[in-house]
Amino acid sequence: MTGDASIADRRITVGILRYRPEQDEAPVVQSYEIPYVDDMSVLQALQYIKDHIDGTLSFRWSCRMAICGSCGMMINGKPQLACQTILRAGNQLPLRIEPLLHFPIERDLVVTVSDFVSKIESISPFIIPKYPRTLAEGEYLQTPTELTRFENFSDCINCMLCYAACPQFGENPDFLGPGALALLQRYNGDSRDGGQAERMKLVHTENGAWSCTAVGYCSEVCPKHVDPANAVNQNKTNSALDFFLRFLPGRGTIERSA
Amino acid sequence: MRRPYLRPIDRHWWAKPPYLAYTLREATGIAIAAYALVLMAGVICLALGRSAYDAWLGFIASPLSLALHVIFLVAMVFHVWTWFAIMPKTMPRLIVGGRYVEPQLITRAGIAVAALASLGLLLVARWVLP
Repeated sequence: MTGDASIADRRITVGILRYRPEQDEAPVVQSYEIPYVDDMSVLQALQYIKDHIDGTLSFRWSCRMAICGSCGMMINGKPQLACQTILRAGNQLPLRIEPLLHFPIERDLVVTVSDFVSKIESISPFIIPKYPRTLAEGEYLQTPTELTRFENFSDCINCMLCYAACPQFGENPDFLGPGALALLQRYNGDSRDGGQAERMKLVHTENGAWSCTAVGYCSEVCPKHVDPANAVNQNKTNSALDFFLRFLPGRGTIERSA
Repeated sequence: MRRPYLRPIDRHWWAKPPYLAYTLREATGIAIAAYALVLMAGVICLALGRSAYDAWLGFIASPLSLALHVIFLVAMVFHVWTWFAIMPKTMPRLIVGGRYVEPQLITRAGIAVAALASLGLLLVARWVLP
């Protein structure tokens, strides 16, 4: 916790949705009054509460610099990283913090991530070579254009803010979702990869790209500008192309990375 | 002790920000389809003969129709604006010289083409009509 001594005498009230499975039937709001300074993040506010007021408050955090993706939560109704949300930004007060929407709550601000992790695993998040390569063939070469095609999709930090932003995931928890589909496109769009046909099987289903209705809010809340909505919608195009091109002789799943 | 708690989804999420703009964008598509039906009715009336077509023209000039057209116009402008705003997200990325074409450029180009097309149509109508 930084600079307790320097904390000014201004105080704010923070409302936090708490859930302690051993005592709460359902989540309840608990309010804390804390001192604050202008450069304080929401994560620091939570840490102040845990260190000085109520040690039972549970939340995930690690890096404090928007790269680990642990501290995603609903801050005044919007999915945001607590470490990246500064109280000075004015509209953050009064502060109301809830766990990420659309995920089961384990405890307080901690949500279940196992469903998301299994979705990430299901899309084969690694390069599947087009043919077995030998060391003698050397490294893969890639043009700037080939890199640009997928690069931003590789910036995902698995913070799950996009899932909390997606009403279609809220309606249908089996939807593969923006994050997993962005990672899928990161590999399907890679010129080195040959696993497109396998991954497209997931895209074609109702729980694949077609659950998306182009709300677009996932891309707005993404702290890394991954633009998952673009990845999902590119895959609608790819899925439609696959559907129609299979009627042509000699065409199976089309080559998307060429 | 584990007892995960899943909050039920707000049944009215679509009627509230930040989803309201999306809902309106989709809903204005219905207004555009309705306008297409009005025009389709005109074509059918034209095929049916003079009296049917005059009746359709009479309906088009009625106050009810004018009020509807104001609603159609507002819906169309909102739809065009928000549709082109989301367009960069719904299309394959345009890459020129190894760099993305900026999404705002695609949005502005789309709106400009729509505006020019509308203006061109108005000019043609002005030129054709007596």
